[in-house]
Amino acid sequence: MNNLNTFWQANKAIACFTIMGLILLFVGLNQSWALALGIINLSLISAIMALGVNIQWGYAGLFNVGIMGFAALGGVSVVLIAQQPVTEAIDAGGMKMLFALILGAATITAGVLLNRRGVNKWLVSAIVVIGYLFTRYYFSEAADLIEKVDPAITGYLGGFGLPIAFSWIVGGIAAAGAAWWIGKITLGLRTDYLAIATLGISEIILYVIKNEDWLVRGLKNVYGLPRPVPYEVDMQKSEWLQNIVAWIHRSELQLLSQSDQIDKLGDYVRAASVVFVKLSYSGLILLILVAFILLSNLALNSPWGRKVRAIRDNEVAASAMGKNIKRQHLQIFVLGSAIVGVAGALLVTYDGIFIPTAYQPLRFTFLIWVMVILGGSGNNLGSVLGAFIIWFIWIQSGPMGLWVVEMLGNFIQEGNTSLEFIEDRVHYLRLVFMGTILLLIMRFSPGGILPEKNKEL
Amino acid sequence: MTSESIDIINAFALLTNFVILPALSYGSQLALGALAVTLVYSILRFSNFAQGDSMAFGTMLVILISSYMISRGWTITGVPTALLAIPMALIGMSIYLLTMDRLVYRHYRRIKAKSIVGISASIGVMFVTGGIVRFILGASAQRFGDGERFIFSVREFKAYTGLEQGIALKTSQFLTVTIALLLVSFLFYFLQKTKTGKAMRAYSDNKELALLSGIDPDKVVQITWLLVALFTTIAGTLYGLDKGFAPQQYHLLLLPIFASVIVGGIGSPIGAIAGAFLVAFSEIFLTYAYKKFLIYLLPLSMHPTSLVQLIGTEYKYAISFVILVIVLLIKPTGLFKGKVIVDE
Repeated sequence: MNNLNTFWQANKAIACFTIMGLILLFVGLNQSWALALGIINLSLISAIMALGVNIQWGYAGLFNVGIMGFAALGGVSVVLIAQQPVTEAIDAGGMKMLFALILGAATITAGVLLNRRGVNKWLVSAIVVIGYLFTRYYFSEAADLIEKVDPAITGYLGGFGLPIAFSWIVGGIAAAGAAWWIGKITLGLRTDYLAIATLGISEIILYVIKNEDWLVRGLKNVYGLPRPVPYEVDMQKSEWLQNIVAWIHRSELQLLSQSDQIDKLGDYVRAASVVFVKLSYSGLILLILVAFILLSNLALNSPWGRKVRAIRDNEVAASAMGKNIKRQHLQIFVLGSAIVGVAGALLVTYDGIFIPTAYQPLRFTFLIWVMVILGGSGNNLGSVLGAFIIWFIWIQSGPMGLWVVEMLGNFIQEGNTSLEFIEDRVHYLRLVFMGTILLLIMRFSPGGILPEKNKEL
Repeated sequence: MTSESIDIINAFALLTNFVILPALSYGSQLALGALAVTLVYSILRFSNFAQGDSMAFGTMLVILISSYMISRGWTITGVPTALLAIPMALIGMSIYLLTMDRLVYRHYRRIKAKSIVGISASIGVMFVTGGIVRFILGASAQRFGDGERFIFSVREFKAYTGLEQGIALKTSQFLTVTIALLLVSFLFYFLQKTKTGKAMRAYSDNKELALLSGIDPDKVVQITWLLVALFTTIAGTLYGLDKGFAPQQYHLLLLPIFASVIVGGIGSPIGAIAGAFLVAFSEIFLTYAYKKFLIYLLPLSMHPTSLVQLIGTEYKYAISFVILVIVLLIKPTGLFKGKVIVDE
């Protein structure tokens, strides 16, 4: 018994991942491969996000409640980098917008510089206010001009039309920039200020995205983002995929007549093309995830990583050893946020569509948190495992809830109004469910499923 | 009177109606919420992220109880039934908060966890609470005020004064300011004069010393949650009577509430109130469109053509955030020096 326990402890990670793999295999065989791969891909993207948060929370104890905002910045950069520019809109208001933005930037710079020079505070405030009023005037005029250009299809400036892979890097940089600014202000102060400030910034980023139609079309969504992988339609025409599918199903196809054979083959090829596209995404995302894990594990075991953990475990002692805690925290916060930004960009790339209303604090901030805590804070593999488990529960809990309601419905008479009412709102119970999971893990197993190995230095 | 001086009076009537009265009542609602956060922070030593959703929970109880009362005809003409439902809702809210404390927070108090752990726990509670509220009442906005909507309406005011611009006093605004005044006076009386209040302050100032003096920590914590229930339920109900009930709106109230607390100096009750009014007034002053106001004051040739709105209403939460950032940059301890809690 004791042997079994030590064996379990030693191989817990492998065992957990195997079980998770088997469950997904089960979904693939019983429901559909497209569904299973969809779960895997979103789990992988969530795993990258969880990795970023784990770096902040597990390595440095920094509490980021604005994961959603950083992910949204990644999403915006996909639109701004990969979409084709809308030349008419740029002709209509591009220059004016550029002028307004430069004016705004100049106002802020002037304000900061004059303030540093020790110029009279009231004078500085007056300059900033006047600069702001002018900026706002030109800005709203330019935004109006741009939004009037064919609002049903464009009504925004579009992007740079660059390869989409480039936007992942830009997404990371954008998130890092926001994180640097927030960190600069709040780190070094009380720990909860960072939490409050990140909560604030993420809501504001979202308000900007929803309201500034000239930038990313606001609530009208951006459709048809370019893809890094081939389209299903093109795949269906490719001969090698047809050959493979025909070979896999050869025994079944042989039994059919000629015309049935072609129909059936067509069906199989369509299904296979979906699976192929999802598989290509899986490969791509997995590659990025593995790269991030390797890099962060390398970093964590380097002298830099030891310093990071020393600061986390005892700030006072580390500070006495001459380590600059604020700078270290800023570094980690920016790094973690950048990874979240990359993941946010990957998510929009995978969806192929940018929907501002999809950014919900529950779906992003909170779910990622539960993943990190469940998996084991401080352990990168744990975050990945947590991502898979929580995303799987999340996806399956919707249908499960409805199923429970239907079972209840068999006991209660048909057409009961209270039942419809429950069906309508049962998905809100997911919030309660996830919150309870978080509270339970924190209470009874603070280390998570795969606790950090080298906790003691 | 000359037409110019009447214009000036009209302009200020306009400002009173659309800026000052709304800001006064919004500020009072924020102040009550901010006081609840301050209480939790001083005694339980963590920032309660569940405050917004707790307010939604309290309001939900009020809505459920008052709709039952209306269906039974237990109403008083002219008085919003929601007010009559508050005492019952308070009992429910106290039970809810005490249960949450027993199930969640007590453990971390006992093991003397870092305050950041309290925050993560409160985020868990936030989602559980928000989920329950949305499950029971749905996520869409609704109004639950009944009775007289106005103490005096714009038309009555105009008929009485003969001005072009009227001022209306909404029942909800009047109630908000009156009840907030009463509650705040009660809180200060309680903290300064009663034995329990003094024990709470002692506990907040120095936990170890308070324990040595024979103060029962469990009792202090319980009283705190009861006070939090009182402030949370009433703040939520008043906000809902004024602006309607929508769970997401309540969830987002967290930002202005935290901004108020930090601007005032975290842990200082007076600071929380001052911060709340600062946030409320800045929010409404900056998002108000001054076009009509300026038309009254300026000569015809200078009449503005645009709305003259400094910041779009959609960015009102950004204002709390900017205030927060400015305070953190200039004076991180807040206007009134708050307390800084060091992890044990």
